[in-house]
Amino acid sequence: MDESVYKELKKGGFMRQIQNNKFSLRIRIVGGQLQSEQTRKVSEIADRYGHGYIHMTSRQGIEIPFIDFNDVDAVKKELAEVGLQPGACGPRVRTVTACQGSAICGSGLIETSGLAKELDAKYFGRDLPHKFKIGITGCRNNCLKAEENDLGIKGGLFPEWHGENCTYCGVCAAACPEKAIRVGRGPDSLAFDEAKCVYCGKCVKSCPADAWSGKSGYITTFGGTFGNDMAFGKPMLPLITEKKKLFRVVDAAITFFAEHGKPGERFRRTIERVGEDKLKEKLEEANR
Amino acid sequence: MSRPKYDAFVDITDVVCPITFVKTKVALEELGKGQSLQIRLNDGEPIQNIPRSLKNEKHKVVEVVQNDDGTYLIGVVKGGLE
Repeated sequence: MDESVYKELKKGGFMRQIQNNKFSLRIRIVGGQLQSEQTRKVSEIADRYGHGYIHMTSRQGIEIPFIDFNDVDAVKKELAEVGLQPGACGPRVRTVTACQGSAICGSGLIETSGLAKELDAKYFGRDLPHKFKIGITGCRNNCLKAEENDLGIKGGLFPEWHGENCTYCGVCAAACPEKAIRVGRGPDSLAFDEAKCVYCGKCVKSCPADAWSGKSGYITTFGGTFGNDMAFGKPMLPLITEKKKLFRVVDAAITFFAEHGKPGERFRRTIERVGEDKLKEKLEEANR
Repeated sequence: MSRPKYDAFVDITDVVCPITFVKTKVALEELGKGQSLQIRLNDGEPIQNIPRSLKNEKHKVVEVVQNDDGTYLIGVVKGGLE
């Protein structure tokens, strides 16, 4: 097969298999969610065009292996009937992954599924110097492993204490993983060391008296990669409490990569080569 | 400091989530509204979640004591938030 045809197919989510003219079709799935009619269609396609099974990818996706080159168009058409399309491979923005977040999970501090859809609508498939992964996780439990991604987003909560409701029971101090809270007995005996706070929200969640509330926001990390090179994404900004600012920050990071990245270079390498301070400057500007 | 008297006691340090809360609930079911229960629980996940779950079910946490062995004693009043 002509290499240019292969590249075009790869761009459109068809991964060439070792078997001649067979492709593993990656489906565009956002935040790990599919409608039931879509899963039925995927199942049908796997039966009719593949080998009757699907493969769950490491990033919440589904691939249907053994699609023949001659069936590519027919399969795309069938997927479109239920609003599905092939995913992305190659040097571009990939599937936006997400945990179920605060809509479902008791630990969740931010809404994640809708955020994944919004980011996907804006950036999915955008050509960049290398692959670019975005992952969203609802809280510091980090089920979705935000720091593995080129851009990680994690729910956080900036806590506020309301003395008038406090019973000084000490649950928050016990729940705080950073020992940022000290509680004695009796009125005005609570001390909160803001500098130690990691925005996990455990004080707010554990408080039996509604003496803690919080403003939720986004903890962002940049330059994570977990393939040949392995490195955690780095936090470069304080908790972002406005969604519109988050969008500006995401835009600044992707623009930085598009402008400074060399072909075949992951975001992490670009940041190292061009300078972390340069990126930080752009991100801070976007977060103003 | 005088510790309030409790009507019942349950130790949940020998079980893990979600049995921790199940055991707590069973102990509370034995009590009438307004009666109190003392619970011995482990550090970490139990102390982060049990008080929250109790609040969600309208019981009032009135005391938390940290023991020297890393466990906690919490006092709760059945239906104290209703």
